[in-house]
Amino acid sequence: MTVSAREARAGWLFLSPWVVGFLAFTAGPMLFSLWLSLTHYDMLKPPTVVGLENYREALSDERVGTALYNTVFYTALHVPSQIVLALGLASLLRRAGRAGGFFRTLLYLPVMTPPVALAAMFLLLLNGQNGAVNEFLGWFGFQGPNWTTDPVWIKPGLVVMSLWTVGSTAVLYLAALTRVPLERYEAAQLDGASPWRQFWHVTLPGISGTVYFTVVVNTIASLQVFTEAYAMFFGARAKASAEGDAALFYVIHLFQEAFGSLRMGYASALAWLLFAVIAVITVVQVRLSRRYVHYEGERS
Amino acid sequence: MKRVAAWAALVVVAVAFAYPFWWLVSASLKDRAHVFDNALLPRPFSPGNYVEVWQAVPLLTWIGNSVAVGLAAAGAATAASALVAFGFAMFRFPGRGVLFGVVLATMMLPAAVTMVPVYLEWHALGLATTQVPLWAQNLFGSAFYIFLLRQFFLGLPREVFDAAKVDGASSWRLFTSMALPLARPGLIVVFVFELKAAWTDLIKPLIYLREPELYTLPRGLKAVLDRFGEGGEQQWELVLAASAIATVPMVLLFLVAQRHFVRGTVTQHVE
Repeated sequence: MTVSAREARAGWLFLSPWVVGFLAFTAGPMLFSLWLSLTHYDMLKPPTVVGLENYREALSDERVGTALYNTVFYTALHVPSQIVLALGLASLLRRAGRAGGFFRTLLYLPVMTPPVALAAMFLLLLNGQNGAVNEFLGWFGFQGPNWTTDPVWIKPGLVVMSLWTVGSTAVLYLAALTRVPLERYEAAQLDGASPWRQFWHVTLPGISGTVYFTVVVNTIASLQVFTEAYAMFFGARAKASAEGDAALFYVIHLFQEAFGSLRMGYASALAWLLFAVIAVITVVQVRLSRRYVHYEGERS
Repeated sequence: MKRVAAWAALVVVAVAFAYPFWWLVSASLKDRAHVFDNALLPRPFSPGNYVEVWQAVPLLTWIGNSVAVGLAAAGAATAASALVAFGFAMFRFPGRGVLFGVVLATMMLPAAVTMVPVYLEWHALGLATTQVPLWAQNLFGSAFYIFLLRQFFLGLPREVFDAAKVDGASSWRLFTSMALPLARPGLIVVFVFELKAAWTDLIKPLIYLREPELYTLPRGLKAVLDRFGEGGEQQWELVLAASAIATVPMVLLFLVAQRHFVRGTVTQHVE
């Protein structure tokens, strides 16, 4: 065997677990799911092919509309507030000097909290009558809303709760901020640029790659939001309440159709619709990034 | 003046991030009548909540399940991802670039797309109501960790490996006795990240676990919330005691393995 043939064989051997896993748990399931989405399948009888009927049903299903609206609404609120807060916190952390490690730890701790525990805590912290959040707002004369029962305020409440886990994004920004060359700030200061102008013309271009990355990743994750909302408003809770509808996110609906109603074909169609939505939004973001994102030392 | 403003802001941030933890622990030690009072210290002090919830539900079993599933998931993900990453980093062969592109592409695939068909696969294998689906997929490596460890392996000095190869060391030997020890920091990052992911995951246990004896801690906690919380018996002090029990181990692990968590987060940044 030649050296290169031996190297190729060794390479493929090392890669083989991934190749097998890709076929068994990614590529295979994708094809399977695409076919399933064209069938009715309840796991009791064999699947029956129904063409595009599942997609037609999904597009006229009121609950799909609600779920999609809720999810996009949540994402539109969650992603920008997450990014702005993370950037603010990272800038603050940079000034913390030797205490930076302490604050970074504190910021990161909520990321370690199991989301179900978080959901239980925030059901009470956000409680309209005696929750700590509204008590705090009361100190400043604000009458806080019923975050956990008023359908208008449920999604903003979930966004407020999500801000508590901003630590991982803030740590990323902190790392990016420390890579912006100090000379650029010095040059800007010599030109008499105000802190605000320095932020727009030095900081933001310097970290735009990181900002872009976190926007894309946070958006994809946020469109699949499930755990906290499910733990708080679904499950064994008896009635399909008004709260439930206001917190009905897309993956929750998909989960209920698949594993509650055992409509596997319909759920597969729902999954592909979500995939299409995520793909479109991601492509738009990639297009926009070409105009605004600068990479250090690379083609812009 | 600017320094003072920055420090004031940091103190506000510190209080905002620490308060919910303080509140959780404090409220979990209050009696039922005072659990909503937001008082900083639990008065009357009732640690009995912990005993009561510990007796009402099998918390120890759930913790054991979470530890077992977490170690299996983290161990499998680390070993398999390291193997594959080494393949990508060390050997040149046709198709390697395309294949690595596919690895990166799978990172963008929403988990919801494969949720139903993968469940049906485990069902066909007769394993859909066991803990196996919670960790076994990790035996094939995971895209993000492969990417991360490949970066680690690429950073190792190539000449050392070439020299060992000339001396007749096999590829497997290069991997186990040279690459793995050198990549230890990266392996720890992968291990603690996957351990955290398994410890906090709810959706897979919801899909796969039917028997309460098999529940992991988050799934058990959801059952506690359903039984003692909203729409249940309204014994929030028990819900909070269980939540505190679920939170503390991960927080402790974080304090021990801090550096690795932060490094893992930063390397998540695909450059």
